Amino acid sequence: MEPAKLTNHKKGGRLENPYLPYPVRIDDVIVETEDKNLKTFKLVFLNPEDENKFAYEAGQFAELSVAGQGEIPIGIASSPTEKGFLMFTVNKVGLVSSYMHSMQAGDIMGVRGPLGNWYPWEQMEGKNVVIIGGGFAFTTLRSAIIYMLDPANRKKFNEIHVIYGARTPGMLLYRDELMEWEKRDDIHMHITVDGTDDPDWQYNTGFVPTITEQKAPQGNDDTYAIVCGPPIMIKFTQPVLDNLGYDHDHIIMSLENRMKCGIGMCGRCNLGKEFVCKDGPIFTLLEINQTPKEY
Amino acid sequence: MTIIRIDKKDWAPGLEKLNSSYRLFGPVKEQDFHNFKELAKGEQPDFNCLNTRLSPKSIVQPQSEIMLEFTLDESQADHHIMKEPAVNDKPRAVLGIRPCDAKAFQLVKLNFDTLEHKDVYWLRNYEASTFVGLACDNPCSACFCSTAGSGPYNEEGLDVLLVNAEDHYLAKTLTPKGEALLKSAGWQATIEPGAAEAQIAAQQKSAEERIQSRVYTDNLRGQVTNELYEAPFWEEVAFACINCGTCTYLCPTCWCFDIQDEVHGCAGVRMRNWDSCMYPLFTLHGAGHNPRGTKTHRVRQRFMHKLKYYVDKYDNGIQCVGCGRCIRFCPVNIDIRDVIDKMNTYGTCQVDQS
Repeated sequence: MEPAKLTNHKKGGRLENPYLPYPVRIDDVIVETEDKNLKTFKLVFLNPEDENKFAYEAGQFAELSVAGQGEIPIGIASSPTEKGFLMFTVNKVGLVSSYMHSMQAGDIMGVRGPLGNWYPWEQMEGKNVVIIGGGFAFTTLRSAIIYMLDPANRKKFNEIHVIYGARTPGMLLYRDELMEWEKRDDIHMHITVDGTDDPDWQYNTGFVPTITEQKAPQGNDDTYAIVCGPPIMIKFTQPVLDNLGYDHDHIIMSLENRMKCGIGMCGRCNLGKEFVCKDGPIFTLLEINQTPKEY
Repeated sequence: MTIIRIDKKDWAPGLEKLNSSYRLFGPVKEQDFHNFKELAKGEQPDFNCLNTRLSPKSIVQPQSEIMLEFTLDESQADHHIMKEPAVNDKPRAVLGIRPCDAKAFQLVKLNFDTLEHKDVYWLRNYEASTFVGLACDNPCSACFCSTAGSGPYNEEGLDVLLVNAEDHYLAKTLTPKGEALLKSAGWQATIEPGAAEAQIAAQQKSAEERIQSRVYTDNLRGQVTNELYEAPFWEEVAFACINCGTCTYLCPTCWCFDIQDEVHGCAGVRMRNWDSCMYPLFTLHGAGHNPRGTKTHRVRQRFMHKLKYYVDKYDNGIQCVGCGRCIRFCPVNIDIRDVIDKMNTYGTCQVDQS
């Protein structure tokens, strides 16, 4: 079959100047993890009509803009089925993200986007979807799960599996939602931690590749795996998926690289001729295999 | 297409007239070399140079450019909100640009003018510009424009082509923009095209014959990207490189940029600045990982971008016009012509690949 070519044309109207962010207000800041290094920012558009212009799909990202600090490319953690706000989970790592960790509800910032392509939703209709995530690379996966579980969308997909791991229970993102999904019968949750001393931990213990081997369904034409996580997780998960029979055009990955413009112009995030910001961030493993591994 | 004769005695008065409706840019001597500058009133462009040290790309893509502005003063209603600054879109006349550099703008335009996104800053400057080219009669030994998709009399990207004759210029009008400029300068002496064309053709032939340096790029498109990427010659190509970035700085077809915020008091701007794939910071991740962490990675990126990725992405030839600046000014004598040869012949001639 043809490699899954993921279209990247834009939805909705755009501002004429692609570098001009929409102004937003921070509505809420939630500390996600026990190390307090990850915070979720709930953002509301200052001009309500901008929300319609910012029509997005699960899997896309945006440039978060803080006046005087700069911009950072961050995956959209909210789902297009959630209205009235955008949600981003930000790891405290550099200049802008560290500054954002000191910002509070009521502060004004900007959002530029939506940027990049998205998970191939049309192609996955009627198929099984296996989501494999590790650490804090679970943000657009949350968007994907919320999108698929929406009553209007759930029937479009067959079985849904989620394998999600973190170092400890306290490092899992969106814990309340994970627990709610555990109770549902239309999604198979396989939460895992590398290790814990919590005697009441009732989920899995072990690294993501191991749990994938034990819990993921066999690969076939009707099953897609979406894999997001740290390089080490991806490295050891791929052979597991190969053994389970997943073709490389059925393994979908979301990549990251240093970015500035987010629209394929500033020249730094490319893998060969493909820009992670514009031609990605979503690629099939088959596509990635054909490019230099510069990510 | 018409050909106008501009007597050299009418040149300065013509520029004087142009000054009211155009910002004029031209080569100006600085110390022992020339660069493109905006001309002060009455200042003449100096055509007595083979080409400028820096390419004229800064006329369309300034080395530093304000994109947006903002205030951090919370007593202002619009604090922390990005605004577009006032725009100066007065027409510009770029006088004496060489054909290679004009063609370069056309190659670069493909990056900034896409179906999905338009870079308003680059396009605004480009569209405001009228390019008055000056044909090259004395190409230098590092020029290889004629096999790099351009040539000493190449007209692509130009609105007017000036051909230097003893006491006059022959001005070939190539676009309505060029026609408007000539009219605005009062240069309207049309001459019998037959003789003028013959004169231009003769000068062109002589200029082309002076270009001794050639490159062959015919196999680049057929090469497999990952095989070329893994080729053993990259270590050798990069060995002497000091990642100084001179090549990218001088190059008319290098467009990469950085975006940075600058704040003074409560007033701030978001700027863009030229950046370079030669620098490690260009691709450094926040978490410390660098996908192009060695100089070999970075040198390979520069040549692969120009000679393979661009070729494959646009099917529009190589991202190089053969101006020769990177060859003349590389402090360690890396020669793009040698790299083109290595890439173009890779896999076809085993003897050369050791």
